[in-house]
Amino acid sequence: MQTENTFLKVENLSKSYKAGSPPVFEGINFEIERGEFVCIIGHSGCGKTTILNVLAGLEDATDGYTYMLGREIKGPSLDRGVVFQGHALMPWMTVLQNVAFAVKSKFPDWSKAQITEHSKKYLAMVGLINAENKKPSELSGGMKQRVGIARAFAIEPKMLLLDEPFGALDALTRGVIQDELLKICSETKQTVFMITHDVDEAILLSDKIMLMSNGPNARIAEIVINTLPKNRKRASLHHDPMYYPMRNHLVDFLVNRSKDLQVKGSAGELDGYQPVLVCPGLQTPVTQ
Amino acid sequence: MNKLSVKTRGMILSVVILLMALCMWHIVTAPKVVSNPITPTGSSEYQALMGQGVGNTVEKSGFPTLTKMGETFYQQLSHPFYDNGPNDKGIGIQLAYSLARVGLGFLLAMAVAIPFGFLIGMSPLAYEAFNPFIQILKPISPLAWMPIALYTIKDSSISGIFVIFICSVWPMLLNTAFGVANVRKELLNVTKTLEVSPLRKAFLVILPAAAPTILTGMRISMGIAWLVIVAAEMLVGGTGIGYFLWNEWNNLSLSSVIFAIIMIGLVGMLLDIAFAKLQKAVSYAD
Repeated sequence: MQTENTFLKVENLSKSYKAGSPPVFEGINFEIERGEFVCIIGHSGCGKTTILNVLAGLEDATDGYTYMLGREIKGPSLDRGVVFQGHALMPWMTVLQNVAFAVKSKFPDWSKAQITEHSKKYLAMVGLINAENKKPSELSGGMKQRVGIARAFAIEPKMLLLDEPFGALDALTRGVIQDELLKICSETKQTVFMITHDVDEAILLSDKIMLMSNGPNARIAEIVINTLPKNRKRASLHHDPMYYPMRNHLVDFLVNRSKDLQVKGSAGELDGYQPVLVCPGLQTPVTQ
Repeated sequence: MNKLSVKTRGMILSVVILLMALCMWHIVTAPKVVSNPITPTGSSEYQALMGQGVGNTVEKSGFPTLTKMGETFYQQLSHPFYDNGPNDKGIGIQLAYSLARVGLGFLLAMAVAIPFGFLIGMSPLAYEAFNPFIQILKPISPLAWMPIALYTIKDSSISGIFVIFICSVWPMLLNTAFGVANVRKELLNVTKTLEVSPLRKAFLVILPAAAPTILTGMRISMGIAWLVIVAAEMLVGGTGIGYFLWNEWNNLSLSSVIFAIIMIGLVGMLLDIAFAKLQKAVSYAD
C-alpha cells in the first residue's frame, strides 16, 4: 500500500459538529514526509486546531482517515507529542516535575535518576536549566511555552504537533523561541506539524506551508513549498531574494483568495479537489 | 499610630472591644444594694424569710459575675482531665470524646465521599443518576437521622458518630465531584497524549488539581460537624462537650455553661484554622 511509504497521510478528512450543518472542513488530503516541518495557515474557524486534534488522537473526524507509518491513528499516542496553545503545564508541579512526569510516562521502567537526567537534558536544550525548581506561575509566558516544548521533545515522539505555540507571546520572545525551535528541529530531524497565524513564522520554520480556505467547508487550497534556502536565519530572512515573493504569495492568499474556495465548496463544486502545489518566486513549479 | 499595620491596629481594637464587653458584663451582673422601706405590718420573721427584711439587702443577679467566671475557668482548666465517675469528668476528657466522635465520623465520611465524589465527577452518567438522591438527602438536618440511627445501630455513641458522618458527607461529596469535573480539559488532554495510566492520572493529575476544592468541602464539613456534635451529644448524653453543657444546665451552673460555650467556640476556631492551613498547603497559583 502506498500509505506505508509516507510518514503521515491524511485522506479525505472532514468534520461537522452538528448533523445537517455544513462541515467545518472537508476533503482534506495531505502527506507529511519524515523530517519535514509543515505549517498550516488559515483564518480562524477553518478547523486547523481540529485537524491537529485529530492527528493527536484527541478528537474524531466525522469522515476520512489518518495514517501514521501505515497505521491508522486511533486515540492519542506517545508517538505524537503535542505542544498546546495554552502551555497546559500542571500548576502544582515544578518545571522539572512537569517534564519528568512526561518522561516517566514514556519510559516507565527508568530509575528516578535516569528520568531526572533525561528531563534536565531537554530543559537545558530550551535554556531553562536554572528554572527547574520553579512553579509555572513563577515563569513568564515565554518560559512556560518553552517548558511545554521541552516536555513534548523529552518523550522523543516520532512526530511533534504544535498548536499555535507562540500565539500568546510578544514579538521579541517569539523570535528567540523560534530560533531555538529551528535549531532543535534541525538537530533532531524532528517531523513537525504546526499551526500558526504568523506568515513570517511559517516562512522561517517550515519546509512546506499548507494554506486553508475559510470555513465552513474549508479545504486545503494550496500547498506552498518553501523556496528559501534551508539554512535561513531569522535575522537575515528578509534579505533573501525569495522572501518577498514567498511572503506576498501567502499574504495575498490570506487577504484575497481564501474566500474563493468557500463559495465553490458550499455549492458542492469541489468534489475531488486536490490542492495546488506552488513554489513562489520560481518560474517553473517544482513537481513532486 | 499610622505606622502600625492594619493587623496590629485591628488586634488593639479587638482587645478594646473585649475589655468593653467584660466591663458591661461586670456592670450588669454587679450585686445591687436595694433599700427596703420599713413596713409596719406583718411579722419581721416572715418579712426576713421573704427577703423583705428591715434595712438594706443585697440583690444578686442569677447570671454569674466575672469573678465567678474566673473561678470556674481556673477550676476547670487547672484539672482538665479529672474523672470522678460518669457525670463528673474534666473538660479535657469531654472535649476529647467530642473530638474523637467528630474525627471518626469525619474520616468515615471522607472515606466514602472522596472516592464516590471522584466517580460522579468523572462520569456525567453517574452524576445524573445520583444527583436527585443527593439533592434530597443533603438538606435533611443531621439530627433528624438520630431516631433511625438509634433504632438500627442500637448504640448511642455510634449513633452520634453516624450523625457526624451523615452531615459531613454532603459538602465533601459535592465539592469533590465539582473539583474533579472541572479539572482543566487541557491538563486531561496532556495526560491523554502521554498515555498516562488511569491510576496515575487519578492520583497525580486529578487529585492535585481538585485538591483545593476538595479541601474547601472538608473545611465546610468540619464546621458543620462541630456544630452538630454539640446538639447530638445533648440528645444522646453520656459523654462529650454537648453532654457536659446540658449537664451543667441541669445543675443550674450557668458559669460552667458559659465556660463550655467558650470552649466550643475556641476548639471550633482551632479546627477551622487547621483546615485553612491544609487548604493553603494544597492550593496552587494558576
